[in-house]
Amino acid sequence: MIVEIGHFALVLSLAVAMVQSVLPIIGARKGDERLMETGAIAATGGFVLIGISFAALMSSYVTSDFSVLNVAENSNSLQPLLYKFTSTWGNHEGSMLLWVLILAFFGSLVALFGRDLPATLKANVLSVQAWILTAFLLFILLTSNPFERLDPAPMEGQDLNPILQDIGLAIHPPMLYLGYVGFSIAFSFAIAALIDGRIDAAWARWVRPWTLIAWIFLTLGIAMGSYWAYYELGWGGWWFWDPVENASFMPWLAGTALLHSALVMEKRSALKIWTILLAILTFSLSLLGTFLVRSGVLTSVHAFATDPTRGVFILCILCLFIGGALFLFALRAPSLAGGGLFAPISREGALVFNNLFLTTAAATVLVGTLYPLVLEVVAGQKISVGAPFFDLTFGPLMVPLLFAVPFGPLLGWKRGDLLGAAQRLYFAAGCALAALVGVLAFTGGTRVLTAFGFALAFWLLAGSLTDLFLRAAFLKVGWRTGLSRLLGLPSSAFGATLAHFGLGVTLLGIVSVSSFQQELITSMAPGKTAEIAGYTLSFDRIDQRPGPNFDAQAATFTVRQGGVEMTKIETSKRFFPVRQMTTTESGIWTHWFSQLYLSLGDPSPDLQTIVVRIWWKPFVTLIWIGTVFMGLGGVFSLADRRLRVGAPTRSRRKAAGRDAALGAGA
Amino acid sequence: MTRKAKRLYSIGAMLVVVGGALGLVLTALSSSVAYFQSPTDLVNNAPGPAQRIRLGGLVEDGSVKRDDGSSHITFRVTDTVDSVPVSYTGILPDLFREGQGVIAEGTLGPDRVFAADTVLAKHDENYMPKEVVDDLKARGLWEDGKGLVKKPQETVSATQVGAGS
Repeated sequence: MIVEIGHFALVLSLAVAMVQSVLPIIGARKGDERLMETGAIAATGGFVLIGISFAALMSSYVTSDFSVLNVAENSNSLQPLLYKFTSTWGNHEGSMLLWVLILAFFGSLVALFGRDLPATLKANVLSVQAWILTAFLLFILLTSNPFERLDPAPMEGQDLNPILQDIGLAIHPPMLYLGYVGFSIAFSFAIAALIDGRIDAAWARWVRPWTLIAWIFLTLGIAMGSYWAYYELGWGGWWFWDPVENASFMPWLAGTALLHSALVMEKRSALKIWTILLAILTFSLSLLGTFLVRSGVLTSVHAFATDPTRGVFILCILCLFIGGALFLFALRAPSLAGGGLFAPISREGALVFNNLFLTTAAATVLVGTLYPLVLEVVAGQKISVGAPFFDLTFGPLMVPLLFAVPFGPLLGWKRGDLLGAAQRLYFAAGCALAALVGVLAFTGGTRVLTAFGFALAFWLLAGSLTDLFLRAAFLKVGWRTGLSRLLGLPSSAFGATLAHFGLGVTLLGIVSVSSFQQELITSMAPGKTAEIAGYTLSFDRIDQRPGPNFDAQAATFTVRQGGVEMTKIETSKRFFPVRQMTTTESGIWTHWFSQLYLSLGDPSPDLQTIVVRIWWKPFVTLIWIGTVFMGLGGVFSLADRRLRVGAPTRSRRKAAGRDAALGAGA
Repeated sequence: MTRKAKRLYSIGAMLVVVGGALGLVLTALSSSVAYFQSPTDLVNNAPGPAQRIRLGGLVEDGSVKRDDGSSHITFRVTDTVDSVPVSYTGILPDLFREGQGVIAEGTLGPDRVFAADTVLAKHDENYMPKEVVDDLKARGLWEDGKGLVKKPQETVSATQVGAGS
């Protein structure tokens, strides 16, 4: 019964979405306020309906109702309760339901918090949002119905894919979707503005918070996925340039560019056309990612089911929305008036530089991801494009961008002083030089590239702090006054600094791990020891441990440094009888920012020894800690009063801007 | 600066960056891309030692040999017609088994032994790498729903490797 209610609620939400697709936009055309208001009601109602539907599916997972095909295929009564919850989206149908749930969630947020938006813009946005919702609800109901019944119901379910039986499944997909799907708001705003044919700086101020929210979640979602793959797969890598990873990384790159260009549009009302295009492209890349991941053109842990009709359906949605949006863009863009002028060396120029490199980098990732698919269709040749390709293309494009990051905030709007900015970066340059010399000395001059990597990371770290330091004017007014000035700075200043600082932290982790990690693969028997990076690991024992729905073989190691016991590490292999699958549970010991990482291989035929893979990963956690800084930066920018629509009055905002200007000039 | 000059500047900068990126992409595509080959392809048409290859097929039964006390492993990859010896040092993926689909990435040595630096065999008990299935299908060695038409060894039953397509 609950299942049928869920199904019915989903069908009903489709009807509501169809109404929402049409009425508000007609209202906006005719200036009919009552029609426009239907948008907000429908958006909220639609969200509630999809929520009911999602809750129904979740309840059949929690109660292990195997008369539902989806539950029978992806769950098992022996699974721990947490995984019964998360199994809901650990499969194709459920994850698509989560996708539309989040889409509807964002729509209802616009309906609730968009009170200060012009009524026509809000109505148009909600209608465009409903078009996307309608398309994906149709997709679910026609090709991927999660509520399909199974008769007769089996006694036991087929279990969730063991790789997904992890706390990561509870966090990674919802976060990633909040990011991915959140960009739909920027898209809807762009389309709504194009339909209206009107666009100004206020538009950017309305769009930016939504983009920021999506960006924060996408940043953390990607980082979370990366850490999950790192500890779950037992391969010790944190990024594989797998097409599925690229699918989430491309919208991130485009979304980052969008955040920066919207800044120019908001402050100087320039780059309007480009910002609109970026908003369209960012969500298009999200849609492309959904297609790549969900259509089954790629084989990966994310491709749950491969049904060709699904792929074709999503491809149609993709073409319709991207094609339609770009067509509308081509039609309307020329009529949008250009904004303020600026010199190439200026804050705007720096942000254009940022956009140029980020979008080009996104394009190279796109080429690397799609080229094998295209080549297979066109020439029938099968190739794989892996890490070497991206190291050669993406890497070089990032270097100038990262080098330029500290300059951006130091350049003035309209016309900047590059020499002046460079002079203010003396300290950062000193840090970079010290890192360069230090690493060269430490490695005996053999690792020039590594040294430059460290120098770039320290340049970013020190350079991003420079802006705040100078704006607080510590050197001129002393620490006490400086500190109070620092606290008085707008929170967006902290946002930019934190995000750029986080970028430096991540880079430091990447450079450190890729240059100084140590790896040891050895065959060990209990009682034997191995040495790595100054640590002695002794293999204590290996024993059988039954789990709820698996049997584990757990090996225990003791780590000693200079004879002193530091910790014990446990690593295991789990065998899941239902799916006849083995997974590796890596054993990780975090020591400050570095990690000792262990995973088990195969036992020898006589079962006397087992292959053990040991890594020393110096400063590896900085990779993910940096992304937390970036996310925090996003939160600080979001908290800036300037973005709270309607909160600051014009005069107060101007006064605040004047204070900041005085502060910077003093 | 006039609007026109500004536009020229930005177009110029764009051309430089995009051109540079295009150059990088083309070089990378010609040097760092791995081509998928079946054992038959490799036997009939040996590529140069610099060419990266993704060798896909089934792990031949009884061919997996581990050196004692090290993690060096040799096995043969077969497509039921020809087979190629592979040598690999490291930990094999959890689902690496004899008679199962596998992809090995690396280069073909002058001694005709394939030196793999990566071995992939992923994710679930029915998993056959898509490339391997497509290749076997194209040569009539595989049918949807049935699996292998001609068994490489008696012990590999169609149910073990089937249903992956």
